[in-house]
Amino acid sequence: MPITYTSSEQIEVYRFSIPVTIAVPLLAVFLQAFLPQRVHFIDLPLLVTIFFAVARRSQIAGLLTGSVIGMLQDALANFPIGVYGIAKTVVGYGASSLGVKLDVENAGSRFLVTLFFYIVHEVVYFSVARGLVRLELAWSWPHELGAALANAVLAVPLFMLLDRFKQRA
Amino acid sequence: MDSLLTRYRNVSILAGVLFLQVIGLGVQVRRKNDMESSRLIRVWVVSAVTPLEKGFIWAQTSTGNLWRNYLYLRGVRDENRALRQQIEQLRLEQVRLSDDAHQARRLQALLGFKEQFISKTVAAQVIGSSGSVQSRTIYIDKGERDGLAVDLPVITAEGIVGKVLRVYNSTSQVLLINDQTSGAGAILESSRLQGILRGSPTGQVLLEKVMADEQVHPGDKVLTSGGDQVFPKGLPVGTVMSVEKGRESFLDIRIKPAANLSKIEEVLIITEKQEREPSLAEEGAARAVDILADRLPSVPQPAPGTVVGAKPAAPGATPASGAAASPTPASPVSGQPKPPVHKTPEAAPQGEPAKPPAPPQTGASGQDQ
Repeated sequence: MPITYTSSEQIEVYRFSIPVTIAVPLLAVFLQAFLPQRVHFIDLPLLVTIFFAVARRSQIAGLLTGSVIGMLQDALANFPIGVYGIAKTVVGYGASSLGVKLDVENAGSRFLVTLFFYIVHEVVYFSVARGLVRLELAWSWPHELGAALANAVLAVPLFMLLDRFKQRA
Repeated sequence: MDSLLTRYRNVSILAGVLFLQVIGLGVQVRRKNDMESSRLIRVWVVSAVTPLEKGFIWAQTSTGNLWRNYLYLRGVRDENRALRQQIEQLRLEQVRLSDDAHQARRLQALLGFKEQFISKTVAAQVIGSSGSVQSRTIYIDKGERDGLAVDLPVITAEGIVGKVLRVYNSTSQVLLINDQTSGAGAILESSRLQGILRGSPTGQVLLEKVMADEQVHPGDKVLTSGGDQVFPKGLPVGTVMSVEKGRESFLDIRIKPAANLSKIEEVLIITEKQEREPSLAEEGAARAVDILADRLPSVPQPAPGTVVGAKPAAPGATPASGAAASPTPASPVSGQPKPPVHKTPEAAPQGEPAKPPAPPQTGASGQDQ
């Protein structure tokens, strides 16, 4: 099993330069807008949220990063701002909490973490969209699991690429 | 108390951030129109993202043009030959259509119908989308400074695409017809049955409010009805894909959009429509057959394969001429600044089978929760 428990002394905390902190989420939102409609289940802003949250291992930083990225995504859509914001806030908090307790630096654990948090994201998103905004959404487990798998597969090389921007705190 | 807050500091902050976002959502949902409450955030984000998108599209287009226009010219001779043959055929067709056009304009003038002509359009390039599965919107590279405004219809040569939802300085957001919050008035070309065009959560286009006892068949063409006050009457919407019995004695009709909504690169925004009576002197580009078909009271012709409501014409209906009954699809806009395009009569033609669903106020403007 790739996920291993580590003591807090073993966990490395990373930080990112300001240009990276601003540019990477913006780039993710920008690239997401260019994806063909049929692959919109790929959620690049979500992957970036998980990456930053896990790497920083700070719950506050994680939830704030998720909140900002989510609201960026909301601003480009045609429904009220906050639907993606709430979902990504929860994911940011959860991923950073997990990052504090577990070593999620290797490919296998990154795959599983992304798989898990994609589902969490979708559950929160659907709950908010249906419960608060009254959007009609069609939930399909096969579709969601397939999308979670696709995102998890993409997360592995993407996180390796983003690792280059890490700086030890 | 302090130690409790310190101990649960992170959870408290999480709860606070979530609470603020829920409140923000509540405010936006409560207001019918979120244009004002969240406009500032949207302007910031769009201003940050769209310059990148425009730059990317420019680079992509330039590279593509260089390749297509100067490097990759294989098969151009053959294509040229085929196009010349097509021109000859079209010339013959034009002669026939110009006769029809003349006849149509004469009859229109006699009947005193007013037409809506598309007098001004703005061409725009698609520079991105919302990037969300549930939000079917696109961004175009024209905005307020190009004369765009909210609720203007957006079309392609194939058919309608959507309408302008939000306008920024140099970009605009377009709500596609397959978004679940969109709506438009539509009419079946052959049977003249009216319905409401809506998007579904899964991105399909549906025609609603058509009674279950009507006969609609796959392949029937769907046009805009003009009843929504957004789209001019007679623009192609798509064709019927499937028909099933739905809830509450209505049919579930799935439409295949005429425009390929997932691959739109360029669009036209209708910025100005003129309403005037046609004059005999006008000899604009064809569509005469459509004008006749739309204007004259007609009895649907029961042709094999096409299903007409099998309803008798209303009293007073005048049988259509052969040309009138011809279900040629309305050809929309040519992309020229002043194409002689579509028309909406002030009143429905007499004898037209009235299928009454109230024209939607194109849901989208009201959809902004």
